[in-house]
Amino acid sequence: MTALDQPRPVSVADDDIGREKRLRMFRLLLELRLTEKRAYDLFLQNLVKGTSHLSLGQEAVAAGFALGMRRDDYTFCTYRGHAHTLARGVSMTGVLGELMGRECGVTGGKGGSMHLTSVEHGAMGSYAIIGAHLPVACGAAWSAQYRGTDQVTVCFFGDGTTNIGTFHEALNFAVIWKLPVVFVCENNLYMEYTPIGTVTAVEHPAADRAAAYGLPRVIVDGNDADAVFRTASQAFARARAGEGPALIEAMTYRHSGHSRADPAQYRPKGELEQWLQRDPIKIYRERLVSLGFAETDLGAIEADTERRVNEATEAAKASPPPPLSLIEKDVWADGGAAWRN
Amino acid sequence: MAELTYRDAVAAGIAQEMARDERVVFLGEDIGAAGGVFKATVGLFERFGPRRVRDTPISEQAIIGAAMGAAMTGLKPIAEIMFSDFFGVCWDMIANEIAKTRYMTNGQISLPLVIRTANGAGSRFGAQHSQSVENWAMAIPGLKVVAPSTPADVKALIAAAVRDPDPVIVFEHKSLYPIKGEVPDGETVDTLGTAKILRAGKDCTIAALALMVPRALEAAERLHAEDGIACEVIDVRSLVPLDTRTLLSSVGKTARLYTVEENPRLCGWGAEIASIVAEEGFWSLDAPIVRITTPHIPLPAADALEDATIPSVERIVETVRRTMG
Ligand SMILES: Cc1ncc(C[n+]2csc(CCOP(=O)(O)OP(=O)(O)O)c2C)c(N)n1
Repeated sequence: MTALDQPRPVSVADDDIGREKRLRMFRLLLELRLTEKRAYDLFLQNLVKGTSHLSLGQEAVAAGFALGMRRDDYTFCTYRGHAHTLARGVSMTGVLGELMGRECGVTGGKGGSMHLTSVEHGAMGSYAIIGAHLPVACGAAWSAQYRGTDQVTVCFFGDGTTNIGTFHEALNFAVIWKLPVVFVCENNLYMEYTPIGTVTAVEHPAADRAAAYGLPRVIVDGNDADAVFRTASQAFARARAGEGPALIEAMTYRHSGHSRADPAQYRPKGELEQWLQRDPIKIYRERLVSLGFAETDLGAIEADTERRVNEATEAAKASPPPPLSLIEKDVWADGGAAWRN
Repeated sequence: MAELTYRDAVAAGIAQEMARDERVVFLGEDIGAAGGVFKATVGLFERFGPRRVRDTPISEQAIIGAAMGAAMTGLKPIAEIMFSDFFGVCWDMIANEIAKTRYMTNGQISLPLVIRTANGAGSRFGAQHSQSVENWAMAIPGLKVVAPSTPADVKALIAAAVRDPDPVIVFEHKSLYPIKGEVPDGETVDTLGTAKILRAGKDCTIAALALMVPRALEAAERLHAEDGIACEVIDVRSLVPLDTRTLLSSVGKTARLYTVEENPRLCGWGAEIASIVAEEGFWSLDAPIVRITTPHIPLPAADALEDATIPSVERIVETVRRTMG
C-alpha cells in the first residue's frame, strides 16, 4: 500500500491548501463553468459551429490538477478539453474564438473545439481519436526524463477510453520506462451514450486495472477540487522524484449530454438531480464559506468572472474569420503545403 | 569508399546521426542487444547504450505515439516498425496524429521524427509480411516518404530524414538488405525530394523505386544490348516531396514513360506520376504511359507465385519491347 492508495480524507477544517490557492481554485472553477456555459449559449445562437463536448460538472478535475501543476508541465486531453485547456491559463477569447471559427482562436480556426492546443501554456493538444494521446503523453514524459527536467505530463481521458488498446499499451510502457506521467481517468459513468458498467468487465475501469500494470488503485472524488488537488500533488511529487507514473480514477458526472447534439435521455430519472447536489462549484463555495471566506469576496470573484467571460465573448465575436491563406499553411515546417518541386 | 551492405548502411546512417546529435534517440522492438530482426541495427546498442537505443514491448501504437510525444517536446526520435505491414496496427498514430498535428495546431507543434520500416516482398513471408505500403503513407498530407535503393542512398537519406523538421517515413526494402555497394566514408547526408537519373537514354524513361531500381537497370542493359533501345532509368527515391522536375524533363527528352512499382495496381505511386505526366507533359508524349505493377492481389507465399507477382527483369524487358513497337 502506498500513500497514493489512500488519499487524505478532506475535512473543511483542514486548511493545508491556504487562502490564496483556494481563491484561485474558486476563480478557476467559475471560469471553466462560465466559459462553457457561454459556449453553449453561442451554439444556440448558431455562432459555435461543428460539435462541442462540454464538461459541465467535471470542472473540479481540470482545476484540481491544473492548480498542482508547474507552468512547464505538459497536459494532454481529449475532444472534451475546453476546461483542461483553459485551466492551463489559455485565454477565454482564444478558446471561444476557436469554437466560433475566428482568427483569434488558439489555432487560428484550424483545429476547432476538439483540437484546442497552446504549446506556450503546456497544453499539448486535444485528441479526438479515443486513446490516441495516451502513448503520446508517454513520449512527452520520456522526453522530460531524457532531458532531466523533472517536468510532469498529465494525460486526461474518459472511462470509455480504458477499453481501447492504447490505454493498455501506454500504461505498460509508462511503467516499464518509469515515466513521469500521470494518467487521469475522468469516470463520468458514460462512454458516449452507454453506461460504462454495461461494457466493462470491472466496476472501476481504470483503478481496478491498475494492478495489472503494477500500479496502486487510486480513486478520488472528482467533484471535490481539494481532494483532486491533493491526489494530484502526491502523484506529481512521486513522478518528479523519479518514482514513475500514476493512474488515477476521478469519479464525476457530466451535467449535459455527450456532445451538443445529445439530450442525454438515456440517463435514469433522478440521476442528474442527485449529482447536481454534488456540483463541484456548489461544494467548493460552501466549503469556502464554512472556512470563513467572506460572501462579498466570493461574490466579487463571481461578478468579475462573469464580466471577463462577457469581454472575451465580445472580443471573439469581433475577430474576423481566419484568412484563406491559412488553408495551405503549415502542413510542413517550412510553413507551406508543397509536396513537389 | 567502403563496400557496405544495405543493412550495415542503415546502421551507419543511424549511428552517424546519433553521434552528432544527443537529441536523436532510437526505439523499437528487438533493436537493442538483438540488433534488429533484419540485423540492420547491429552495434548501436553497444555504442549508444540503453538510454538512447531502447527496446520496446510489442506495442506499435506506443512506439509511434511515444516517438510523437518525444518529438513535440525536444527530441528527434527514430522509431522502428519491424515490418511495414504492421503500420496497420499504428495507422491512427501515423495518419491521424503525426501527419496532422502541425496543421491542426496552426504550426505550433513540429514533429521532427523518423519512422523506419522493412517494406516489400521476395522473402516468401506471405501476405502479411511482404507488402509494399509506401502508397498508404503517400496518400496522407503531412508525411514525407522515401524509399532508398542503394547502401549509399539508405545511409544518406536516413541522415536527411533525421535532420528534417517534418515526420519522415523511410521504407527500407527487405530484399535489398544483403546487397552491397560503395558508401562514401565519413559523414554523408542527402537531400529529400530528389530523384536520380541512374542511366541516361533517349528512347524511353523508366521510373522505379526500391527493389525495382536494380531490376529496371538490368532490364535497361538487356534492352540496350538485345534491342538497341536506350532507356533512361530514374530512381524516384522520394515520393513526398516528389521530384516531378526530373521526371517531366526526362519524359520531355524520351517521349515515353514506364513506371515500375511493387504495389498492387490500384492507387500505386506510379498512377500519381502517370497522372502528373499526362497533365503536364502530355504534348511531349509519343505513346501511352505504361505502369508495370503487381496485380491487384494480396501477396502469395510460394516461390513460383511470389516471383510471378512482383515485376521481374523479364516482365520489364518484355513490356518495353512490346510497347516500343
Ligand atoms: C477510436 C474512436 N472510437 C470511437 C470514437 C467516437 N467517440 C467519441 S467520444 C466517445 C465516447 C468516449 O467516452 P469516454 O472515454 O468515457 O470519454 P467522455 O466522452 O466521457 O469524456 C466515442 C465512442 C472516437 N472518437 N474514437
